[in-house]
Amino acid sequence: MEIKFLLNGEAIHLSGVNPTVTLLDWLRENRGLTGTKEGCNEGDCGACTVMITDTDGARALNACILFLPQLDGKAVRTVEGISGPEGQLHPVQQAMVDLHGSQCGFCTPGFIASMAVAHLNGETDYETALAGNLCRCTGYAPIIRAAKAAEAQPAPDWLASDQAAIADLVTSPELSLPQSSDDLAALLVDAPDTTLVAGATDVGLWVTKQLRELAPVAFLHLCTDMQQVEQTEGEIHIGAGVSLETLRQTFADLHPSFSEMIRRYGSTQVRNAATIGGNIANGSPIGDGPPALIALNAVLHLRRGDTRRTLPLEDFFVDYGQQDLEQSEFVEAVSVPLQPDRLRCYKLSKRFDQDISAVCGCFNIHFEDGHVTQALIAFGGMAGIPKRARHVENALIGKPWTIETVEGTAPAWAQDFTPLSDMRASADYRLTSARNLLTRYFHEDQGVITSVLEVPA
Amino acid sequence: MSVSRPLPHDGAPLHVTGQARYVDDIPTPASTLHLAFGTSTIAAGRIRSMDISDVATAPGVVQVLTADDLTRDADTSPSAHDEPLLATGEVHYAGQALFLVIADSHLAARKAARLAKVEIDEHAPILTIEDALAANSRFEEGPRVYQKGNAASAIASANHIVEGTFEIGGQEHFYLEGQAALAVPQEGDDMIVHSSTQHPTEIQHKVSHALGVPMHAVRVETRRMGGGFGGKESQGNALAVSCAISARLTGRACKMRYDRDDDMIITGKRHDFRITYRAGFDDEGRIAGVEFVQFTRCGWSQDLSLPVADRAMLHSDNAYNLPNARIESHRLKTNMQSATAYRGFGGPQGMIGIERVMDHIAHHLGRDPLTIRQTNYYAPQGAPALHTTPYGQTVEDFILHELTEKLAQDSNYVARREAVKHWNAENPVLKKGLGFSPVKFGISFTLTHLNQAGALVHVYQDGSVHVNHGGTEMGQGLFQKVAQVAADRFGISLDAVKITATDTAKVPNTSATAASSGSDLNGMAVKAACDTIRDRMADFLGEYYQVTPSQVRFVDGNVEIGDHILCFTDAAQLSYENRISLSSTGFYKTPKLAWDRIKGEGRPFFYFAYGAALTEVVIDTLTGENRILRADIIHDAGASLNPALDIGQVEGGYVQGAGWLTTEELVWDDHGQLTTHAPSTYKIPACSDRPDIFNVALWDGENREETIYRSKAVGEPPFMLGISAYLALSDAIAACGAAYPALDAPATAERILKTVQQVQEAADV
Repeated sequence: MEIKFLLNGEAIHLSGVNPTVTLLDWLRENRGLTGTKEGCNEGDCGACTVMITDTDGARALNACILFLPQLDGKAVRTVEGISGPEGQLHPVQQAMVDLHGSQCGFCTPGFIASMAVAHLNGETDYETALAGNLCRCTGYAPIIRAAKAAEAQPAPDWLASDQAAIADLVTSPELSLPQSSDDLAALLVDAPDTTLVAGATDVGLWVTKQLRELAPVAFLHLCTDMQQVEQTEGEIHIGAGVSLETLRQTFADLHPSFSEMIRRYGSTQVRNAATIGGNIANGSPIGDGPPALIALNAVLHLRRGDTRRTLPLEDFFVDYGQQDLEQSEFVEAVSVPLQPDRLRCYKLSKRFDQDISAVCGCFNIHFEDGHVTQALIAFGGMAGIPKRARHVENALIGKPWTIETVEGTAPAWAQDFTPLSDMRASADYRLTSARNLLTRYFHEDQGVITSVLEVPA
Repeated sequence: MSVSRPLPHDGAPLHVTGQARYVDDIPTPASTLHLAFGTSTIAAGRIRSMDISDVATAPGVVQVLTADDLTRDADTSPSAHDEPLLATGEVHYAGQALFLVIADSHLAARKAARLAKVEIDEHAPILTIEDALAANSRFEEGPRVYQKGNAASAIASANHIVEGTFEIGGQEHFYLEGQAALAVPQEGDDMIVHSSTQHPTEIQHKVSHALGVPMHAVRVETRRMGGGFGGKESQGNALAVSCAISARLTGRACKMRYDRDDDMIITGKRHDFRITYRAGFDDEGRIAGVEFVQFTRCGWSQDLSLPVADRAMLHSDNAYNLPNARIESHRLKTNMQSATAYRGFGGPQGMIGIERVMDHIAHHLGRDPLTIRQTNYYAPQGAPALHTTPYGQTVEDFILHELTEKLAQDSNYVARREAVKHWNAENPVLKKGLGFSPVKFGISFTLTHLNQAGALVHVYQDGSVHVNHGGTEMGQGLFQKVAQVAADRFGISLDAVKITATDTAKVPNTSATAASSGSDLNGMAVKAACDTIRDRMADFLGEYYQVTPSQVRFVDGNVEIGDHILCFTDAAQLSYENRISLSSTGFYKTPKLAWDRIKGEGRPFFYFAYGAALTEVVIDTLTGENRILRADIIHDAGASLNPALDIGQVEGGYVQGAGWLTTEELVWDDHGQLTTHAPSTYKIPACSDRPDIFNVALWDGENREETIYRSKAVGEPPFMLGISAYLALSDAIAACGAAYPALDAPATAERILKTVQQVQEAADV
């Protein structure tokens, strides 16, 4: 495989690339660029964060789960290239020195990369921008002070030049990489065992943690036709290759609670890479996308060769580790009917940011004349698959929308769910808190403050 | 004056540009080999067979070593010689190293390590406190007991009694840089080891033992660590010894770094505790007597568990005068990772016991918990009658009365207590809570001989100064503080001083950089070395210019000799040309210490460091979700050597302490396997977990003892300010009913919800 990209402003041309070498390993072992650190090798600590620029602009990504082929045609800035060619410090670097934002310094290069991206993009919600960067020394306060202090200063021109420079980077996309849904369909018919890599936030760990060989492998980042969001009459159609970050923006106005939950999904680095297709297709019982989409009555679009079929998203999840997916078939898109916003998404985890849900409950309850007319309730973390709470829904429909009705669903919960105990939560907690989330939904509906995140200090 | 200035960390410009070099960043010879352990997935048993043929033939593998292949005893214990590098038949925990793979790449070593076929005859593992007590599985012959007066009779005759039991979880260090070592073989039998360690001398000691060479044949260098927190006091031994043995065997440089999951599965963590308490007190909440029983799971080997458990006992008074006290400590041996040093070293666990008692007393009497604490505080410094601790040390420097008063005022405590009460009355689902906790932390290694340090200082003929000392830099800013001391002694600017990597060939026989002692010990040793050179220069220059040495002053980059002024560079040059030695060692040992750990009597601590925190939280009574809204802190760093670095320690320590008691939960399954072995499952605080409002100030004072510029140690004490977050959560739960919230730690959302339900159900009865 042959790829071209910019590394700290310098054109790099690699041939014979092993497709599952990570950018982090390549930087450290082949280029001697040891500023970018390995903290966890699974995309959870951010010490390996780099700035990646393409035609859409600059993003922060985790280099430890980013494979070299994903860089083709893009510009990479590591911490070494965030300072200027003459060693001039970027404003965030200077502010981190002046305001004591580093102690042991090991997380610092990753913070610098995330901060430089936020600075370039004018992003000032630092708690979100930096949720994917862990620091064990400082308690974060001085890092936030530094980010704020650097806000007003202009982005250095050496960073701004990357976007123009990639236009001059003549890439010759590999024929082996699918360029469209059609290509992918044909490829999978020919080679059904191919491992598909979109954002690599999950598959990356197969390589870095499970030490698996992936071949044959197909990277999907050139399938731009699957990366589109289209609003048509009555529905919103989301390509499987749409990133979680784009999904967050897509639902910001339509279903803000969903969007807020996605803000807590992974981290900025993970959302920039992860795709909704991957989140659905991997069949995880604890992915946060499916419960919300099921509660919105989403429809899944599958494709095999030239044959397409649709099914309600909830029907895709058959059993733990088993999806309704034929050989050579793939997730092409998911569509969501447009509807009045009654959706609330509740994600329970040990930590608010960048944590996998113990319980993810999504509620979409409509009522007319004080009586429940429709109830769509779906959960992650409560079964081997993302699952509807049908007994609970039935206990609500037709009843007056009152706290007594909510409390009356109590026996239905155990009929719907027999959750497991694991390191995230006990079965008892899962069942109790899931039930309580309906109570929360009711209280929130009545205007009661129910989220600790909304309480001002 | 270079001391007391809020200068940035000396490494900061290197950190922010990626130039700061850690062990894995050191350029290595092309022939360097890489190591990985094959580990046990079984917690207890006897190895029946170990087939490593697939490991040995895996791509890239050079050699595989089992215990049988080791020609010499290779032990990695810092204390009891009970940690064979590789399992010798018996397996003691899931994660124990069984064999060592030597390969041509890190990845090849990791892949090969998974290919062994190991059969282990499993025994029932000892995992819980109950398991260990039933099997009498413990370190030392039985529980250790420290006591003062007669606690049982004092409690029996008291007007009021509270009692309870609670659990306090352990904590993964989660240093961002995992354990790492690199050994480069030298001519003859010599070995150079680069290690990410807080204790280079211990690495040197263990490596020399494993290689069968004198310590002089092993040189250990540590430039910096990417975080330590106690986790690199002893846990780096296995990697360094592995590298050295492999380097000797192959004649090639060998490097080992743990993948994060391996790091968390193999290495020790903070000791978890169960504390049972019983306290008798009067109507004012004044304690007459208290009894504590502390149980701690030490894991499979002794490591540092005895001094950790001792320190927990020594902090079970925290800031309070306990006229009658009995503290019983059980150090239990379990089939788990060997619990090790972690910031506070048992102190936090001991301290949270008495803080829990204080809150319980306040709740019982319906009194303000801050008032109850003030009622029980030790007598203030300078009081006519001073109090003694349960171990007999007179508390001479107690400043918490005035510090608490100031914090209560600055944080608007009384008004906020009322505001929280009103807020809770108006909000049915969410509840707020306030928690106050003080810290009194004993400074000194309780193993008295460790309280020593050495330094080596050179003044070159161009006036530049090279400083070396036994302390290690793990992010705390020790090098900068010590450089500030050196610059001040010579009256020169900081940029004329370079502090170089810790090196066992420059300063020998060092203690671990631990117990918060880094700047106290090494600052004094460097001062002594600088002053020796300065005195030599003053003697010479005085004689040269015919003034008395006392008329020679080192200020503002110059040396004033009576009426003559030389810049420091010229003074150094002149001294050199006149054959004055411009190099010196320095040495320091902490005075006044006398401690018998078996009797539990004496003066283990040179002084105490103080601080106090007020934390406000909000909880959700439906899910247990919770958040810290605000923290107000005043911390005592004496006359700070560098207020910016000290505030950094306070802010970071608080958040790490709060993490310990909230989101950070270690979970082992029923077979003794750790299930939280990556950041995906073990959750340290993230950016948004810091308090929204975070007011941190240093106490304006100085150490009454003669420490370096009258400063105080600051590494560990602020960690315990995080206890206030736990108490605040408990206070919020208390708004759900009349019962005292029996909250265990870590107070995850799940534990909070469970405790909310207990309090609500008690109210319903």
